[in-house]
Amino acid sequence: MNPVYTRPKSLTNVVTHYCPGCTHGIAHRLVAETIDELGIQGRTIGVASVGCSVFAYNYFDVDFQQAAHGRAPAVATGIKRVRPESIVFAYQGDGDLASIGMAEIVHAAVRGENITVIFINNAIYGMTGGQMAPTTLVGQKTTTSPFGRDPGTQGYPVKISELLSTVKGAYYVARFSLHNPANVQRAKQGIKKAFQNQIEGKGFSLVELLSTCSTNWGMTPQNALKWLEENMIPEYPLGEFKTGEGE
Amino acid sequence: MEKRVRFNEDHCKSCELCIGVCPKKIIRLRTELNRLGYHPAFVPDEDQEKCISCALCARMCPDAVIEVFRP
Repeated sequence: MNPVYTRPKSLTNVVTHYCPGCTHGIAHRLVAETIDELGIQGRTIGVASVGCSVFAYNYFDVDFQQAAHGRAPAVATGIKRVRPESIVFAYQGDGDLASIGMAEIVHAAVRGENITVIFINNAIYGMTGGQMAPTTLVGQKTTTSPFGRDPGTQGYPVKISELLSTVKGAYYVARFSLHNPANVQRAKQGIKKAFQNQIEGKGFSLVELLSTCSTNWGMTPQNALKWLEENMIPEYPLGEFKTGEGE
Repeated sequence: MEKRVRFNEDHCKSCELCIGVCPKKIIRLRTELNRLGYHPAFVPDEDQEKCISCALCARMCPDAVIEVFRP
């Protein structure tokens, strides 16, 4: 029998703590596949965030550093500058990157740091119990917006990819979704491009992945994928927002 | 008989994303529980021949449970 798909070698052989159907697992797998295909397992260093992905260091079979809340791009900057031969990536959720870590991600992009950032956007705070995140959609119900997000008092969702695409130092900014196999495949190509950019020394790459949180959205995993497609994609359009340096 | 789709049933959390994307609809959940307390997904031996090795299930699996082979 010829293998068509086998488990990536850059994933450790453990059960993740993620809820059933959480697309964090898909994102982990795509990053691990990319590391395998590029043959960089021995020189990759990951930086984990605070949030559901805090235990990422247990799941990737590469060196890892856990950063303070929101500071993963700053830590990744330090690692990359001290060890420029390493391939450094930060793996952050929306509560980490778009909220407390907003300054760090913008300034890492402004400086054009040669790092790769994987940004998981599921429009809610997962680990802390489903509170409203900066990326929560208008009208979306969370534990801290039980009547739906009201722009009058709570403002509008932050669009990280659009925002960072206006930054001159950013080289590659793209948004993909993980709601069906075709989009997962596109996301994989985007992640691979983001890592290749770093290998070629082109500069800052960020890949935003629209994800589900079936537990805090209060849905089955399959319905959560459908909800993502129907509600999140109109608000967060997919595509490559920036390829190449400059404005 | 060699299996075309192989599940690491100890790691499965029965999220059913594989069931949703399988074009041949041959993936089922076991009635027994695995050690995590979930009903793991599997393809019955008699349906292994129906698998077209498209690996959509493996590409959607959040827990990297599924490995796919082509005869």
